[in-house]
Amino acid sequence: MRDQDLSEPIRQQVLEAIAARRPLRIVGNDSKAFYGGDCEATARLETAGHSGIIDYEPSELVLTARAGTTLARIASLLAQHKQMLAFEPPSFGGQATLGGSIACGFSGPRRPFAGSARDFMLGCKVVNGNGELLNFGGRVMKNVAGFDVSRLMVGALGSLGVLLDISLRVLPMPEAELTLAYSLPADAALTMMTALAARPWPLSALAYDGQQLRVRLSGAAAAVQAAARQLDGEVDLYGDTFWLELREQQLAFFQQPGDLWRISLAPATPPLALIGDCLLDWGGALRWLKTAQPADSVHAAAAQAGGHAICFRGADKTDWIRLDPALLALQQNIRSAFDPLKLFNPGRLQR
Amino acid sequence: MTLPLDFIQHCQTLVGVDNVIADQASLRVYECDALSAYRHLPELVVLPETVAQVQALLKLCSEHRMPLVARGAGTGLAGGALPVEGGIVLGLSKMKRVLAIDPLNRTATLQPGVRNLAISEAAKAHGLYYAPDPSSQIACSIGGNIAENAGGVHCLKYGLTVHNVLQLKLVTIDGELLVLGGSGLDAPGYDLLALAIGSEGLLGVVVEITVRLLPLQPQTQVLLAAFASVEHAGAAVAAIIADGLLPAGLELMDNAAIRATEAFVHAGYPVDAAAILLCELDGLPEQVEADSARAESILQSNGAVEIRKASDDSERKRFWAGRKAAFPAVGRIASDYYCMDGTIPRKHLAAVLKQIAELAEQYQLSVVNVFHAGDGNLHPLILYDGSRADDFQKAETLGGKILELCVAVGGTITGEHGVGIEKLGQMCVQFQAAELQQFHRLKHAFDPHGLLNPGKAIPTLHRCAELGRMHVHHGQLPHPELERF
Ligand SMILES: Cc1cc2nc3c(=O)[nH]c(=O)nc-3n(C[C@H](O)[C@H](O)[C@H](O)COP(=O)(O)OP(=O)(O)OC[C@H]3O[C@@H](n4cnc5c(N)ncnc54)[C@H](O)[C@@H]3O)c2cc1C
Ligand SMILES: Cc1cc2nc3c(=O)[nH]c(=O)nc-3n(C[C@H](O)[C@H](O)[C@H](O)COP(=O)(O)OP(=O)(O)OC[C@H]3O[C@@H](n4cnc5c(N)ncnc54)[C@H](O)[C@@H]3O)c2cc1C
Repeated sequence: MRDQDLSEPIRQQVLEAIAARRPLRIVGNDSKAFYGGDCEATARLETAGHSGIIDYEPSELVLTARAGTTLARIASLLAQHKQMLAFEPPSFGGQATLGGSIACGFSGPRRPFAGSARDFMLGCKVVNGNGELLNFGGRVMKNVAGFDVSRLMVGALGSLGVLLDISLRVLPMPEAELTLAYSLPADAALTMMTALAARPWPLSALAYDGQQLRVRLSGAAAAVQAAARQLDGEVDLYGDTFWLELREQQLAFFQQPGDLWRISLAPATPPLALIGDCLLDWGGALRWLKTAQPADSVHAAAAQAGGHAICFRGADKTDWIRLDPALLALQQNIRSAFDPLKLFNPGRLQR
Repeated sequence: MTLPLDFIQHCQTLVGVDNVIADQASLRVYECDALSAYRHLPELVVLPETVAQVQALLKLCSEHRMPLVARGAGTGLAGGALPVEGGIVLGLSKMKRVLAIDPLNRTATLQPGVRNLAISEAAKAHGLYYAPDPSSQIACSIGGNIAENAGGVHCLKYGLTVHNVLQLKLVTIDGELLVLGGSGLDAPGYDLLALAIGSEGLLGVVVEITVRLLPLQPQTQVLLAAFASVEHAGAAVAAIIADGLLPAGLELMDNAAIRATEAFVHAGYPVDAAAILLCELDGLPEQVEADSARAESILQSNGAVEIRKASDDSERKRFWAGRKAAFPAVGRIASDYYCMDGTIPRKHLAAVLKQIAELAEQYQLSVVNVFHAGDGNLHPLILYDGSRADDFQKAETLGGKILELCVAVGGTITGEHGVGIEKLGQMCVQFQAAELQQFHRLKHAFDPHGLLNPGKAIPTLHRCAELGRMHVHHGQLPHPELERF
């Protein structure tokens, strides 16, 4: 697609929506529609056409692009300079737009060791629910001027504004990567992940698929080799494929029917008493669960263990996420501060 | 202004008579933070010891529409903890317990008054540490670090406060206790954790913090490279990053800083160098060896006239000693200095340093530069003599110009110290009216009556308009409502 700046037409569309009091469904490439609550708006605001890389300088470790730019395009440009989006966002068939990815805030297996989508967010240009074009954050690594609105946008599912331009911090690709695999039962895998993460190994991913614990090492070739020797696991020659399929949710686990839950916990939390298949990522801090159990019991089990559950796919949309009432009230205040008429994606994250 | 007697008595009942300070002499301690040019005597200081007390105090303030300023250790450099007219100070220094170290989950749970360095001290037994390390770490509190999103030498690789916090307990102005974040790596809904961090005490009072701990690195190496020009040092910084190295620290000192510190700590710095770079690498021994070989060759090909590699731990500490003592060292050569804090894209380092020198000449003041080059975070130290009539005002104006220069090259007016009272004017340069209004609406969502640290961090549009006029008529005093020393 041709690069173009659609900031002004997008803003015009928001102004028209304000005048008509007509809510908008913000759409990137519209394939994460399964995620989150059902959007009640029917009028579409398309962002995919607002694309192009605005600024990228490898020596600054910063990239600025329009929201409709695909992750695939960003990744290929970064790769030419041996750099990457270190939060490993899922790119799914190359269609994911930067805006949709940031609005969903997903991060891949490298997250506990490198940081999440919000950790790499530096700044953004948005249109708020008053139709104003606003800039927050910036293009430098350290910036504490004003409230951190750019990070607030990550994971807000478009309910606080339309993301137009996004500046992200990027990181150098490691010189070498290697995956070790260990066949272990679940509790032993958890114990081993916890032990590994407490030591200064050059880790960049730790996941357990129900049979094998996989450990990804990244860094200078000599360091990766030295760590691999000491950790004494079996080298997984298909390690790269595994991490890719985990990130892109293409592993057999994700294909099985049933509701898919995403449970976030302190990494050393013992396995939850929930029936179903479980896959552990993020060294134990992220647990994917395929289960037919009712939403109530999943939310309750996660909360009891001090974490939370989100229904990623399937289940009853009205119960995909639960928030403490005091936090919910505050979130509603915040939403009103950005989008008083509740024009953007009503129902997606909240009404 | 004096407070209603029943309010004071109520505070005394809530926290005990000993924890309420009302006499002039004791109040003096709280009249400023480390930006001591701005002072204001608080009406009352209250020192709660429990979360429940903080909740009750905030509720009381809310009912009385009483403004309040939270205060950690008072090491802030932007006047963030400066007491406000007719308001009270809520000091968190008595809440200083390390509540838990969880080695399995690699976290520490802390009361807000815990000193930054005390976290790593408590975690050390488990082979863990807390990464963000502001230079003030022996004194500053984790609560203040949260409010300022504090950084330090190791930010380039390990991130700022915002990257290292998992959970906060925040008391709202209504006295409600909110849990932001979670025990895992994320929480459902809006990322209120990110919003609270760096919010300068405007959204709520932080009463408990859970931070992420990292494993201590087995090896650390430091290279000291000397350059004949600041331009070369700046280019070397860019080259190191572009080549894919991510040093744990990358610090630059200019000639004035080198001379000042050498005279103070005798670190053995090359005093003729126009600039030195300190480049720290950490990790497994193999990683450190590979990285330092690469760094050395990049420094070489970017014009380093001399490169020293610390041969042992004591030499490494000596290399750092100068950098760490830079501020007090400068304090010895000038009666007063004013520390600025702006961030720029690294590629503009050399040009910006040159323009700072030109501005300094124009205002007839000296500027010493020592800063976090790796993340483009500058700390120009403006030397002045407070006993001379207009020197402070000159220093302040020059500081403002430097910050505006940072914005002009695509940077920001504060990298880690915050806006506080100090940079309100420059906020009007960095942000448009609509953005400032959005900030105010966001503040209103938390604190509808504007009682938490009012007048700080986000200027009113009215103030920006006044400032705009002020820029037209040169020679007028900035912030005329504030007392000057
Ligand atoms: C498990 C899984 C498997 C998938 N498999 C495939 C596959 O095999 N093939 C394939 O082609 N795709 C697949 N997808 C879809 C994939 O998610 C999309 O290609 C892409 O990630 C969706 O991105 P998007 O930009 O289209 O977001 P959208 O779905 O358009 O948007 C996501 C959310 O972000 C909001 N949003 C979008 N843009 C903005 C903006 N600029 N500002 C504010 N809010 C915004 C939307 O309103 C919405 O709430 C899969 C997705 C998942 C999660
Ligand atoms: C010599 C020196 C070196 C420094 N070096 C650095 C550095 O390298 N990096 C850096 O980032 N900073 C540095 N600073 C600045 C300062 O130390 C930091 O900003 C620090 O985070 C302030 O912590 P404090 O506890 O002293 O906070 P205070 O000064 O007491 O307060 C700072 C702000 O935080 C708010 N606040 C405090 N506690 C709470 C709470 N519990 N809840 C809500 N709001 C609260 C206050 O209202 C105020 O707005 C330095 C300061 C000095 C004097």
